[in-house]
Amino acid sequence: MQAAALEGGFQDVPVEAAFAFRQIMTAMARPGTIRAVDGAVPPAPMSVAAGAVVLTLCDPDTPLFLSPTLDTPEVRSWITFYTGAPFAAAKDAAFALGAWDDLSLDAFSVGTPEYPDRSTTLIVAVDHLANEGATLQGPGIKDSATLSLPEVQAFQRNAALFPLGLDFIFTCQHRLAALPRTTRVS
Amino acid sequence: MTEYNFAYLDEQTKRMIRRAILKGLAIPGYQVPFASREMPMPYGWGTGGVQVSAAVLTPDDTLKVIDQGADDTTNAISIRRFFEKTAGVAVTEATSDASVIQTRHRIPEEPLRDDQILVYQVPIPEPLRFLEPSEVETRKMHSLEEYGLMHVKLYEDISQHGAIATAYAYPVKVEGRYVMDPSPIPKFDNPKLEMAAIQLFGAGREQRIYAIPPYTQVVSLDFDDYPFEATKADHACDLCGAEDSYLDELIVDDAGARMFMCSDTDYCAKRRAQGHVGAQAAEDAA
Repeated sequence: MQAAALEGGFQDVPVEAAFAFRQIMTAMARPGTIRAVDGAVPPAPMSVAAGAVVLTLCDPDTPLFLSPTLDTPEVRSWITFYTGAPFAAAKDAAFALGAWDDLSLDAFSVGTPEYPDRSTTLIVAVDHLANEGATLQGPGIKDSATLSLPEVQAFQRNAALFPLGLDFIFTCQHRLAALPRTTRVS
Repeated sequence: MTEYNFAYLDEQTKRMIRRAILKGLAIPGYQVPFASREMPMPYGWGTGGVQVSAAVLTPDDTLKVIDQGADDTTNAISIRRFFEKTAGVAVTEATSDASVIQTRHRIPEEPLRDDQILVYQVPIPEPLRFLEPSEVETRKMHSLEEYGLMHVKLYEDISQHGAIATAYAYPVKVEGRYVMDPSPIPKFDNPKLEMAAIQLFGAGREQRIYAIPPYTQVVSLDFDDYPFEATKADHACDLCGAEDSYLDELIVDDAGARMFMCSDTDYCAKRRAQGHVGAQAAEDAA
């Protein structure tokens, strides 16, 4: 293991994880809201935000899928050192990490009718994250919100599966936004 | 080291609860199973709410805890002190000053803002449990959206009592999909479930977490000819004179004399501080 894998985690884990989770939770509860997180310095090409989400939510109980471009020895050893999350195939993953073009949505679990929570949460790296573009409506949104999504149709198909479906956390540098399966995208 | 980990729980437990909260928010009204821990208080005292609060709190938060609307009951005080000690958070009794509010069986009268979080303590999270004791069956009923039994129960209320007699834990349908138990809040509070704040529900003994994101549609079940009614005692608060708040009825002497007062102590105190006077308070002053 390289020394770099031993650096870049939270310094004060309980407190930094608490702050990061509040941002992630706010983003998930209010789709379209963009929040900032910091404290994580993961190896490239992972962003600060993706690192913070992994440190906050992943551990030995959460199988993690890495998309091919992220699947480097540096990323693997950093995640293993800080979280202990086992790496898994897409269909078994609780979380998936990667760039949008790198992730084939059909491969992931959308949950079962009796346990719709057993679905994958995708942590998607995007180059651009702003309140523009696609219109969002649904739970957590007062009237409507806008968010720069990489695509529209994929999220419409996902929302049609409700209560099954995938949930997304978009990361861009130190910022993040989320899109649960309930959000109607147009 | 003699101190507790921040907010008492270990980090792996908090991660597990946090993942359940996120899935709960993504599937409004659906009960997410979680591995509830033993807490240093008995079941029924808010172990679910406490675990959710512990997973949500940051050191910057100001916490308010209410028990049936009151800040000054044993349960509320002990939970408030618990987090003062283990998380070092500020505490308050004022609804408007709190960023996180843990509640047992009430929603504060003052409308909550979008920067606040309301955490409910839930005894029985399954609205169908008293109609169908089997978890296997109720889970199947939720997956098939088979809620006819709940309407039969409300109908039986009408046939026996002439009205829907369910007065608390009144079932709601969230975002047109899941029927949910709003915890034993009076049905007077049901219309407030559509609010700007994030609502999280924790049931410790039953090991379930569920959630309602802000501005989510929450409809109380009813019939066209027997519409839902948010009822309260037909009276004004004897202390502050409020006519719009939920009231507790108190027997005050051996002769059966009674008085009504706001169940939300902060709301009542604020109104009295503003100079509002109820019938009893006016009598005392005279």
